[in-house]
Amino acid sequence: MSTSETSVRDGLLEALREREQEIADRWVRLQLEQSTLDTDMNEHELREEADLLISALRTGLASDVPVERLVTSQHELRRTVIELSLRRARAGATPTATSLAVLSLKEVLLEAMQHTTRDTAELFSAAVLVNRLLDAAGALSFETYVEGREEIIQRQSRQLMELSTPVVRLWHHVLAVPLIGTLDTARTQVVMENLLQGIQDHEAKVAIIDITGVPAVDTAVAQHLMHTVNAVRLMGADCVISGIRPPIAQTIAQLGIDLSTILTRATLADALAAAVHLTDQPSVSGSYSPAGP
Amino acid sequence: MTLYDEQLTRSAGLGPQRSPVRAGSATYSVSSEEDLLTVRHAVRAATVEAGFGLVDQTRIVTAASELARNAYIHGGGGSLTIEQLRQPPQQGGRRGLRLTVRDEGPGIPDLESALTDGFTTGAGLGHGLGGAQRLMHEFSVHSTTGEGTTVVVTRWNGR
Repeated sequence: MSTSETSVRDGLLEALREREQEIADRWVRLQLEQSTLDTDMNEHELREEADLLISALRTGLASDVPVERLVTSQHELRRTVIELSLRRARAGATPTATSLAVLSLKEVLLEAMQHTTRDTAELFSAAVLVNRLLDAAGALSFETYVEGREEIIQRQSRQLMELSTPVVRLWHHVLAVPLIGTLDTARTQVVMENLLQGIQDHEAKVAIIDITGVPAVDTAVAQHLMHTVNAVRLMGADCVISGIRPPIAQTIAQLGIDLSTILTRATLADALAAAVHLTDQPSVSGSYSPAGP
Repeated sequence: MTLYDEQLTRSAGLGPQRSPVRAGSATYSVSSEEDLLTVRHAVRAATVEAGFGLVDQTRIVTAASELARNAYIHGGGGSLTIEQLRQPPQQGGRRGLRLTVRDEGPGIPDLESALTDGFTTGAGLGHGLGGAQRLMHEFSVHSTTGEGTTVVVTRWNGR
């Protein structure tokens, strides 16, 4: 078995060497024919990919790594398959289309093998070998695709976090942060950093945190808010929390969270009025009372 | 903002059980910060389905959030089960929602203190467990040191 595997492997290597152009052309055509290819990759790009993969396959087959593990352990081949899959993931191809494209190379390789031998036993061994080799490639491609997508999702969620916490200047020395969605530890950190930087940049005296868009305030969210308020106060500014809707107010009271040390308002408009009032006072620091106007 | 909402919806949809809770029960894993989000969305959907008003919805979601966070932070991860309840007609036929939060963490050695406001072993505010008790109608805790904690809470619609 092992000798026949070696000879089949040599045969495949030879076919890859001799018919390189033909194999690449055929694979590109096959992919274009199969409507599974739903990206806007053109023939030229596909051809480049094919040349790279075939050359990597040649290097891999020339080494002495067993075929089953070739794709996962041979460096160049692995990298080529990963790059191919990532490129297609970014171009918006589905994982199925990507692995099917890799798997369709099987057909092309077997066709090429038919030119080298007519012996059925040998062709069967060749089919087994090509299957082992490219099934691993298909699986790796799928795996990479999923990882690539995962990375995109994580990057987007980081970007969204930045996007969703804008610090806006509402009035002279008054800043506001409208919070939408959930306030977790990571988000609080972003909000705090942006807000503290904003206070420094705009020489703000009052910062309004509007929580109209926060669906629920539990003890963890309340604690995050308190930390932010403490940090703002350390910078010599005052903090107003606005947008506390009736259900949220009832829930906070029932939970037993004490927000009485923090100036709170029902709406952003009220908060702005309070902030303007605070900044109008000749000396703001240390003289405000939580009772408000 | 729309984008962010979509993101929220989508990430909630990535959870193990996406389909709305129907008359029976559904269990969600609580083992990451994202799971807390999934759980809150699922509980919110369940409260809407049970016909709770906005204030009660917020109460139940907040209680679920407290309990799930406890299981995640103190219990090292666990699960939350949502059950839709309906009383027999002779008892009023009210609808209700029961949440069961389980973890296999170290357990709560001193339940009495844990239910006291301001008591905390971690860095939290210490209102979570007692707060959840006040937010719901029925509340029970079973905790065995070294084996884990189970908290069962229920709230009825229109008492």
